[in-house]
Amino acid sequence: MPERPPVPPARRVRHAQQDPFWVRWTLTLLAAAVVGLLVVVPVVHVFVGALSGGLGAYWQNLFGDPDTRHSILLTLTVVPGALAANIAFGLAAAWAIARFDFPGRTLLTSMIDLPFSVSPVVAGLMFVLIFGLQGYLGPFLQAHDVKILFATPGLILATAFVTFPFVARELIPVMQAIGDEEETAAVSLGADGWQMFRRITLPNIKWGLLYGIILCNARAMGEFGAVYVVSGHIAGQTDTMPLRVEKLFQEYNLPGSFAVASLLTLLAVLTLVVKVFLEARVPSERRNVH
Amino acid sequence: MSHANRRVLPGFSLSLGYTLFYLSVLVVLPILACFSKAASLTASQFWAAVWTERTRAAYALTFGTSFVAAAVNVALGLLIAWVLVRYRFPGRRVMDALIDLPLALPTAVGGLVYASLYVKKGWLGQYLVPLGIQAAYSRLAIVLVLVFIGLPFVVRTVQPVLEDLDAEAEEAAASLGATRWQSFYRVILPPLYPALLTGFALAFARSLGEYGSVVFVSGNMPYKTEIAPVLIVARLEEFAYGEATAIAVVLLVISLALLVVINALDRWSRRSEAHA
Repeated sequence: MPERPPVPPARRVRHAQQDPFWVRWTLTLLAAAVVGLLVVVPVVHVFVGALSGGLGAYWQNLFGDPDTRHSILLTLTVVPGALAANIAFGLAAAWAIARFDFPGRTLLTSMIDLPFSVSPVVAGLMFVLIFGLQGYLGPFLQAHDVKILFATPGLILATAFVTFPFVARELIPVMQAIGDEEETAAVSLGADGWQMFRRITLPNIKWGLLYGIILCNARAMGEFGAVYVVSGHIAGQTDTMPLRVEKLFQEYNLPGSFAVASLLTLLAVLTLVVKVFLEARVPSERRNVH
Repeated sequence: MSHANRRVLPGFSLSLGYTLFYLSVLVVLPILACFSKAASLTASQFWAAVWTERTRAAYALTFGTSFVAAAVNVALGLLIAWVLVRYRFPGRRVMDALIDLPLALPTAVGGLVYASLYVKKGWLGQYLVPLGIQAAYSRLAIVLVLVFIGLPFVVRTVQPVLEDLDAEAEEAAASLGATRWQSFYRVILPPLYPALLTGFALAFARSLGEYGSVVFVSGNMPYKTEIAPVLIVARLEEFAYGEATAIAVVLLVISLALLVVINALDRWSRRSEAHA
């Protein structure tokens, strides 16, 4: 009888961690059922609900209704505004925190996460307290005929608040992991700040930056509570897409509501696809939950 | 990353200055405005706004549903993280990606779908309602939609810890004659406690403030299915800014306290990971 080859250590390890066949399959099927019921069925339902009247009705629901059209345009205005503000902040915060040492750095880092733990409704309320007619700046703004609340600037502010941490908290660990050797070298060789940023920093952090932007974008598109409070929900004026979903739902216009929801769902699914693509480029230990 | 950097790398005062400016204007001042508005109420006004039968019912509902949903998420999250880390099966990567959908999907869309799935004529409601399970316009509906919203948190906190778990301890347990269940319960589970608790706290904190999805599914009946954020909006729509702010401050203080707890948990979980 030939001698049995020794079991390689990797196999032995796997054996100790191996569950019996039936346990493996029961648990896998259970997990699949949970994900299916909680996530897959709802997504399928959105598209079935949106397309239940046929493609013609779907198109009509999306682009035939002037208020719905306006809500799409408004979302396409508000989201880039909030994104631009948070990208500029994220770059500045990551540069200051990852590249320099100063008193209060740890405190500053944890304060960046603050908006995540504020209820969106409370966030909206804060802006009402500042910019509303009864608010701290209300009378001043009215005297100078500046409209912030119940108008696009208020929507941008509320959205920027809610999505505030996304870009910064992606960039800080990425910049820290890359280190400052290349940048220091560039500067000692005579590059000015802008050249260094464009040629060294930006190419190094581009995937992390894009990752933060994608997450920020998804949340900004879908923001509801904060925007609901500051918008005053005026149809055709201050309704963003998620607010339009709610209004159509309240008006028992389910096909219309599902049509707008299907666009938002499409964006969410697209976000996940891009995210998986980017995760291959940004090592996972640098990423955070949220 | 040192003081020396300040002499070499450019942009320190510009980037820090802008960071502090933007943080103050967008985050710190609004939060202070909220507290200062609440401070302008007298103690009895504040108390009267914060402690009525209706607000008590709303707090109890908000905390109760968030707690139950986060607890359910711990169980489901552990199951899903376990399956994703330990087993190989077709569609695993798709399942992994789908876990993040609740973070990417607008909450209003989640609310809309959950509201129409579980009504009497809905896809799932047609089977559940005859059994007496009302999963739309009820407390159960709130829990269900919060479980959806909180699904990613526990999975994503447990997954990396489970991946890094040392195989040797399990091997040793097996070779000492432990059954698979014993080694799960005694060897695998204890190092996961900090991550499970962090995931619980994150899901709980997220659920406390959730508005967009709950407003669709709950029916928003005062005393019965009205959560605290809905009550704040109701007060705002009555132009009762003071009362709305008082309730908001209570919620805000609790959220900030939770943030401190989550940070402490996170540190603990990293420490015990380093020890393992």
